[in-house]
Amino acid sequence: MTVAPAPDLLDRRLLFFTGKGGVGKSSVTAATALLAAERGKRVLLVEIEAKGNLTALFEHAPVGFEPREVHPGVFVMQMRTEASLREYLRLNLRVPVLGRLGPLANVLEFVATAAPGVKEILTVGKVCWEVRESIAGRADWDLVVVDAAATGHVVAQLDAPRAIQGLVQVGQVREQTDWMVELLSDPAVTALNIVTSPEEMPVNETIQLVERVREELTVPLGAVMVNRVLPEPFTRSDEPAFDAMSEPAAVDVLSNAAGSGATAVLEATNLAVSLRRSRAVHLNRLAEHVDLPLVMLPYLFVRDHGLRVTRMLADALSQELGFA
Amino acid sequence: MTPAARSLESLLATREIVIFCGSGGVGKTTTAAAAALGAASELGAKALVLTIDPARRLADALGVEEFGNLERRVPDDLIRAAGLEPRGELYAAMLDTKRSWDELVLRHAPNEETAYRILENRLYQNIAARFVQSHDYIAIERLYDIHASGRYDLVVIDTPPSRNAIDFLDAPKRMADFFGGRLLRWLTMPYRVGGKRGARMINFASRPFYQLADRVLGSQFLQDIAEFFLNFQTMYDGFRTRARAVERLLYDRRTSFVVVTTLEGAPLREGEFFSEQLTTRGFHLGAMVLNRVLPEALLSDEGARAAAVLAADSESLGKMLSDLDLPELSDAERNARVLRIASQSFRDFSVVAKREAELRNELSRLPDVVASVPAFTDDISDLDGLARIAAALFGRP
Repeated sequence: MTVAPAPDLLDRRLLFFTGKGGVGKSSVTAATALLAAERGKRVLLVEIEAKGNLTALFEHAPVGFEPREVHPGVFVMQMRTEASLREYLRLNLRVPVLGRLGPLANVLEFVATAAPGVKEILTVGKVCWEVRESIAGRADWDLVVVDAAATGHVVAQLDAPRAIQGLVQVGQVREQTDWMVELLSDPAVTALNIVTSPEEMPVNETIQLVERVREELTVPLGAVMVNRVLPEPFTRSDEPAFDAMSEPAAVDVLSNAAGSGATAVLEATNLAVSLRRSRAVHLNRLAEHVDLPLVMLPYLFVRDHGLRVTRMLADALSQELGFA
Repeated sequence: MTPAARSLESLLATREIVIFCGSGGVGKTTTAAAAALGAASELGAKALVLTIDPARRLADALGVEEFGNLERRVPDDLIRAAGLEPRGELYAAMLDTKRSWDELVLRHAPNEETAYRILENRLYQNIAARFVQSHDYIAIERLYDIHASGRYDLVVIDTPPSRNAIDFLDAPKRMADFFGGRLLRWLTMPYRVGGKRGARMINFASRPFYQLADRVLGSQFLQDIAEFFLNFQTMYDGFRTRARAVERLLYDRRTSFVVVTTLEGAPLREGEFFSEQLTTRGFHLGAMVLNRVLPEALLSDEGARAAAVLAADSESLGKMLSDLDLPELSDAERNARVLRIASQSFRDFSVVAKREAELRNELSRLPDVVASVPAFTDDISDLDGLARIAAALFGRP
């Protein structure tokens, strides 16, 4: 089953990206933010796990909790639960910003240990708050893009408001989770996207995650971004010719003309063909089991990382989404 | 002072515990399983691989899927079928976090009643099943148990998918701190002052913190938490003693760490960071495994020259190939096209291979042993594949 890519993806207000470690989740998240910015949007890009390399994809120094413009139209903030709590207390409880949040931070740590969801709520809560403020015209974001937790943890992260509803019976937090759940469940506002690559484990995790999200969350799914798709070197009719070039007679012809390196070239191509072929199996499996738009992003044969690569990925994304 | 191992093989032969760590998606589980397979076949060891989160097909291959916490022997026939001689014994087990926690509670609780009160508590169930860091602790705890049983010459373990792999090492200390901490006492204090456990009417109002927490979270929630921890605290002594023993085991000279990484920017940075941390903290970093390394032929000048010639002379070479007595090559036009594509493929992949080589050269502070595992074209999901990786790890052709 193939579903056409999702051209309306950037029309939402809140995009989460998750994915198995190593598939390029942050790169795809950054590329999406860049594409949206280049299409005239003011984008808040939220880094949830403090690895600090999201800004490196824009060739910018790390940033903190306060959003900083790292590229025209792209503002990055790094989530910090203590800062988020401080802001929450100031805005919602009118508790004067305490000089020493120390004990409270310890308590937060403690409570977060006891009840998963508390730490997450401060994270997701801050994100939702930014979206709600911008919809209401009080904040300046057209789009909030979140480099969220990896596949193993994202359900707990996005389920936090509802988990809190289950654990906390009364109190202000309880009341405030209602609008968060509403915002996170609105398909016109929110989409959870899964970044994957055409390999066994990432595809398995994607299939499982789609099922889990539908069972356990009310958050709408957006697209599956398949990263690092290898190009198909040959058409089906060309393949027998390539195979025959490894026959001794053919190798002789090629080695006489191009030297001893000719076999290295054939071997490299063989690797490309086999890799592509084994990955195609997983790609098919993904298409078979997941009825979401699949956005294909190419493997980039490049030497460096940084803004140039982020832009290449954004260009590929733009094409896939039908913009270019 | 333990003598430095000269190869991964001698490392596996001289250690009792080898912990594989690294960034997510670099192939930790597969590499750890291959190392255990190699030790069981080549070294004649009785080896166990304890895996945290294996690919389903890999678990099938090892026969661990449905056995949960049980240690299961991998049949010798399967090892022979993969072309290896099972001189020792290979066992595999998967970590069942929830069940391991339950066992831990049953062991440390002062009596059965308390144990079941804890097991049935909603917060406990949350912690055991969902609390991410609980995987870290329970994995090490389980490792300790298995090692202490003396059943194996070698236990190989892959680390849980942590956000930050260092958490894994801190887990026992954190757990001990947590149980011994002032914070826990402070938070449960109003309950103890109140006397009876589970009392509902507790006066929070006397302390500003409780006032604030009450407004934010609701008093019921705080009470639930405190009640749970009062029960949990009864396990304190057992837990702390145990956590310290587990921590000592990590520093023991019979334990070594292997950092697994691919030659990609982010995983490699994390691998390097991890190597540094291990060394700084006084753990034994035994080896680094570079996984999925592209063939060296991609870096050769001969290859680059050949790629250039094949593209430039594709028309004439295509014609020459069509003159051979090979039916698949009868179409000169097609031959030329295929040669150009092959040339481009080589150039594409050699860009990546060069990037890999550069990253490798930039690696500072390498452990004594660095092993490379080539990029295989297929996914490794059976003992055949593990045998190929084991051969690469042991430096056999």
